[in-house]
Amino acid sequence: MIQIQNIHKWFGTQHVLRGVDLTIKEGETVVIIGRSGCGKSVLLKHIMAILEPDEGDIKIDGHSMFSMLPDEQDQCRLQLGMLFQGAALFDSLTVLENVGFSLFEHTNLSEEVISQKVLEKLRMVGLMGIEDLMPASLSGGMKKRVGLARAICNEPKIILYDEPTTGLDPINADVINELILSMQKQLKVVSIVVTHDMTSAYKVADRIAMLYEGRIIGIGTPDEIRNSSDPIIQQFITGSARGPITDKQQKETESL
Amino acid sequence: MSHWTNLKRTVSVRSWLQKFGAGCLDIFEGAGGIALLFKEACVLLASKKIRWKATLDQMNKIGVQSLPLVFLTAFFTGMVLALQSAYQLKLFSAEQFTSDLISVSLCRELGPVLTSMVVAGRVGASIAAELGTMKVTEQIDALKALATNPVQYLVIPRFIAALFMLFLLTMYADVIGMFGGYLISVFKLGMSSHMYIKRGIDALVVKDVVTGLIKAFFFGGIISIVGCYFGFTARGGAEGVGRATTLAVVVSLIMVIASDALFSAIFYFF
Ligand SMILES: Nc1ncnc2c1ncn2[C@@H]1O[C@H](COP(=O)(O)OP(=O)(O)O)[C@@H](O)[C@H]1O
Ligand SMILES: [Mg+2]
Repeated sequence: MIQIQNIHKWFGTQHVLRGVDLTIKEGETVVIIGRSGCGKSVLLKHIMAILEPDEGDIKIDGHSMFSMLPDEQDQCRLQLGMLFQGAALFDSLTVLENVGFSLFEHTNLSEEVISQKVLEKLRMVGLMGIEDLMPASLSGGMKKRVGLARAICNEPKIILYDEPTTGLDPINADVINELILSMQKQLKVVSIVVTHDMTSAYKVADRIAMLYEGRIIGIGTPDEIRNSSDPIIQQFITGSARGPITDKQQKETESL
Repeated sequence: MSHWTNLKRTVSVRSWLQKFGAGCLDIFEGAGGIALLFKEACVLLASKKIRWKATLDQMNKIGVQSLPLVFLTAFFTGMVLALQSAYQLKLFSAEQFTSDLISVSLCRELGPVLTSMVVAGRVGASIAAELGTMKVTEQIDALKALATNPVQYLVIPRFIAALFMLFLLTMYADVIGMFGGYLISVFKLGMSSHMYIKRGIDALVVKDVVTGLIKAFFFGGIISIVGCYFGFTARGGAEGVGRATTLAVVVSLIMVIASDALFSAIFYFF
């Protein structure tokens, strides 16, 4: 269970997260939607304890990572897997070394066992025969899937996906959706998915939460969100250029 | 009218003060950050196991691949030193001291400082650019997410490699510089080969060599930690990496020269 309590984050004078509250239950998949630049990636990095909040706390199974020693933090992080928005593959390592990174670093498994596991994970994301390539020679969509394979490689209990289907063709996007669903069904993992892709959101989500102006302004099952009466949520999920979100923005630019 | 000029002056003074304040803040932030990174590196060096494979790889990048550059720098410096000092010493009919002068000034000052300066340009820049790129493409965050300490994984191998390699490169530069001086003194200034070697070695005392090498050791630490610091704090894409690289070279050059002055003062009195 993950409890996000009143998280505030400032970057200089920019108040990015303004009191995020969210509770995620065992075995649940929560999709976080919101416009670009509203702080979704920043929120995921807080859950991973890569960034520290200026206020508030995040508890995973009742423990807060921010009050731990660095070594304990690392122990906790091994229970979590994260797919970064830009994949963030290490470009000095091969695909095999990237995907197996945490196994090479934190276990005493032999090289053969690790490479077997890596190949299995690569097959799960629909990639084969690329384990000896360098990340620089992969396409954007392939990088993303390698990043996903790396995130799930040491079988974490919580997986954070930052825009897993952005930049993929519709077929591979659906492969990833199926993968997210099967991870949840088979391994009972908790998933937090950040996305703009509403098709994917409706497909994988148990609940959808909308992040707007640094707060969660609405949360509910896909049906509840689809039928929400909140005009802001409606504008976002229907993807229209006119509505309360853009009106407000326009007023702000005019007043400058 | 005069009211306006006064107002404008106040405003410009204020904006100047603002810039000055922001600049000072940057300097203190940088100094603090470098000190903290240095402290963390020392703590990890003592408490965690060292990645020898990565360290050897860095030793190759920092040390072995700098050999040609250090060779050229030291060789020409030795030659110039011979010519210039012979020119001056001739005024006192003391050309035979050329060799003493070359070996002592190389070992005490020019060897460590020139080596550090060319290495700061070559290696400091490449460390900052590499880590800066990793930072802006979220690879540093990914390291943390995979439960690996970026300082241990990236900084320690570079730190150790720079410490040792600067030490060795300086010895190498000392020898090459003296060889450059030898060529000029023997073939151009008509000194006997035996004389040059004997005087050059006799003039050196242990302290000359040791203080030079101590300096080199410290300069290696400065170059690697400063490069890593600016890489880690890079922000905002390719432009940010470029800025980090420039800053890394400029700051490590300044710190090398400033600490050289400090060391020289200390070694002069003790
Ligand atoms: N390390 C950082 N330093 C300064 N500003 C940042 C940093 N990370 C993110 N931001 C800012 O925070 C805001 C939210 O970013 P992000 O979470 O990446 O948005 P998104 O919702 O598209 O993922 C952006 O305006 C970005 O400029
Ligand atoms: Mg993002």
